[in-house]
Amino acid sequence: MLLEIKNLHVEVEDKKILNGLTLSIEKGQVAAIMGPNGSGKSTLAYVLAGKPGYTVTEGEVLLNGASILDMAPDERAAKGVFLAFQYPVEVPGVATMTFLRTSLNAQRKLRGEEEFSTPAFIKLVRDQANDLGINQEMLRRSVNVGFSGGEKKRNEILQMAILQPLLAVLDETDSGLDIDALKTVSEGVNRLRSPERSMIVITHYQRLLDYIVPDVVHVMAKGKVVKSGGKELALELEAKGYAQYTDEAA
Amino acid sequence: MNVEVRATKTAAEQALSSAYEGVRAKLPGKGALASLREEAFKRFDAAGLPHRRVEEWKYTDLRVLMRDAFPLAAPPDAAGKKIGKEAGKIFAALDSRRLVFVDGAFVPELSDLTTETGLTITSMAAALAKGDALVAKHVGKTFETDDAAVALNAALMGDGAVIHVAAGTELKRPIHLVFAAGSDTPSASFVRSLIVVDKGARAVIAESHDGGASQMNCALELVIGDESQVDYFKATQTRGLHVGSLLLTAGAKAVFNTFALNSDAALVRNQGFFRFAGEGTHGAIRGVNLLRGKEHVDTTLLIEHAAGHCDSREQFKSVLDDQGHNVFQGKIVVKPHAQKTDSKMMTRALLLSDEAEADNKPELEIFADDVVCGHGATAGALDPGLKFYLMSRGIDDKQAEALLIQAFIGETVEEIEHEGFRDALMAAALQWLEARG
Repeated sequence: MLLEIKNLHVEVEDKKILNGLTLSIEKGQVAAIMGPNGSGKSTLAYVLAGKPGYTVTEGEVLLNGASILDMAPDERAAKGVFLAFQYPVEVPGVATMTFLRTSLNAQRKLRGEEEFSTPAFIKLVRDQANDLGINQEMLRRSVNVGFSGGEKKRNEILQMAILQPLLAVLDETDSGLDIDALKTVSEGVNRLRSPERSMIVITHYQRLLDYIVPDVVHVMAKGKVVKSGGKELALELEAKGYAQYTDEAA
Repeated sequence: MNVEVRATKTAAEQALSSAYEGVRAKLPGKGALASLREEAFKRFDAAGLPHRRVEEWKYTDLRVLMRDAFPLAAPPDAAGKKIGKEAGKIFAALDSRRLVFVDGAFVPELSDLTTETGLTITSMAAALAKGDALVAKHVGKTFETDDAAVALNAALMGDGAVIHVAAGTELKRPIHLVFAAGSDTPSASFVRSLIVVDKGARAVIAESHDGGASQMNCALELVIGDESQVDYFKATQTRGLHVGSLLLTAGAKAVFNTFALNSDAALVRNQGFFRFAGEGTHGAIRGVNLLRGKEHVDTTLLIEHAAGHCDSREQFKSVLDDQGHNVFQGKIVVKPHAQKTDSKMMTRALLLSDEAEADNKPELEIFADDVVCGHGATAGALDPGLKFYLMSRGIDDKQAEALLIQAFIGETVEEIEHEGFRDALMAAALQWLEARG
């Protein structure tokens, strides 16, 4: 088991958001998490990445059997946790290329690996960027500054491709994407599927799951997982909506 | 008759007055230049050191900050000259013409006085003594002001650089005015420089100040002719009190680019009095201040658009750690008939500590009706959202902060057109950042 979340309770500004969430992700598994607004999906993503301000009051999160809750975000990243942000932030003044290199080398350093040489790094980025339709000009620009919504999401996937995480959490990667961008992004994600890598795909809609086909689907409501099933569960949700789960959980 | 009721003179004011009385007979310059000193001293004597009740000095009260006036600097000795030789490292990577001043006095043997067509260099002491025509024409007249610090400088001006760039000349190398504090015992220097760049000429000029706990009051008068371009850089990294005044008049279709860096400087007041006197002139006035400990940096600008169709851009950034205190006061005045003026001013402070203070005061005085003027000011901490984003990619806390601070500074430094100075100034900023740990 790559990730085990046991009875997780989380508060944000004294408000309870996660209420005893339990979830396991197997190595190599792609798990979709669906649920209505306010069910705690994004909170789960942030808690896994270690965002400040999210207080765990109870429960544990184990990555390969070891707790990550006391780790800073950068240490979690070095252990293989990656969050593709729902709203990637703009970082004026920091060139995308510098950002990618600093990130990769910082992780490698924390893991005691050698830093990438410049030519090897440039080649690595170029190849991955090409596959995602990201041009050289974008790589020279400041991170996400002046990028369209689709470009920002593609940039998230590029970072994931460069950093090669063990656990990728994709927080509503489909939001704000048109159908072409959705396809490009999904193809990028699918290329990164591997028996060594697990993914949590958070989404409101079944549409994304036509492109990134999950192994399992979990439904969240009111801060916990209320139902789990195969990929057909997503279709059922699309047809019937979330009302039954929000009522059940109440 | 105007009678101003003033508090008793401070110890520093008394010391400055007696310093003037002691040296007035020996100071260089006769006739009109001597009366210029005398008038200036009277103005200073009446006003005293600038203090918080003088609006332009509200945040930098010299009556409080300047406890003592140090004795006037003696001519540099061998040890002082040795320091002068090593000074100005910040711009050492550039191939420039060094003119070295130790405790305010010009040191010809450390300076590069090789001849270049169209360029004339004299020391201010020599020029004043012989009643140099250029000095007689311009000194004290480039931008007339009542400012007490400028008046004190005029009263006590001893030495400095006098540089003339003839019409149509493009200087081959930048000129670097290297100012070093050389004496072991803290002293006071009053430096006055004059740079006149005639029509259609181009000059790149830099000024660096580094060294010990001395007091420096320096003023530079810069006269930029029609269709000429001057790029002027200033870096101040001194541990004493530094009061710098830049008095500028620019003609028509001229270009003036300037950038000031203050890093690891204890107490600085940089004031600019800029007049755009001819049409179609561009001004880019920028700066970065990096403060920690109890450092205090005050940038106060008066930009006067006296002719139409000029544009000016002011962009200042400060990074404040510990109890650093940054002041920015920028006043843009658009005179009647200076139509089609386009002036924008932006100042941003990044506060890294709860105890740091940033005072931003932009002012606009517009007397023409067809102009575009704007200003903005911000002060805030590092964005925690940005920091989390960087950390979520594996970048540690300190490095994430450093990257964001670098980006904040970089936005302004990157605007410098001159590649050599851009690199040197960015390297100095990074050095400050590295020392932060």
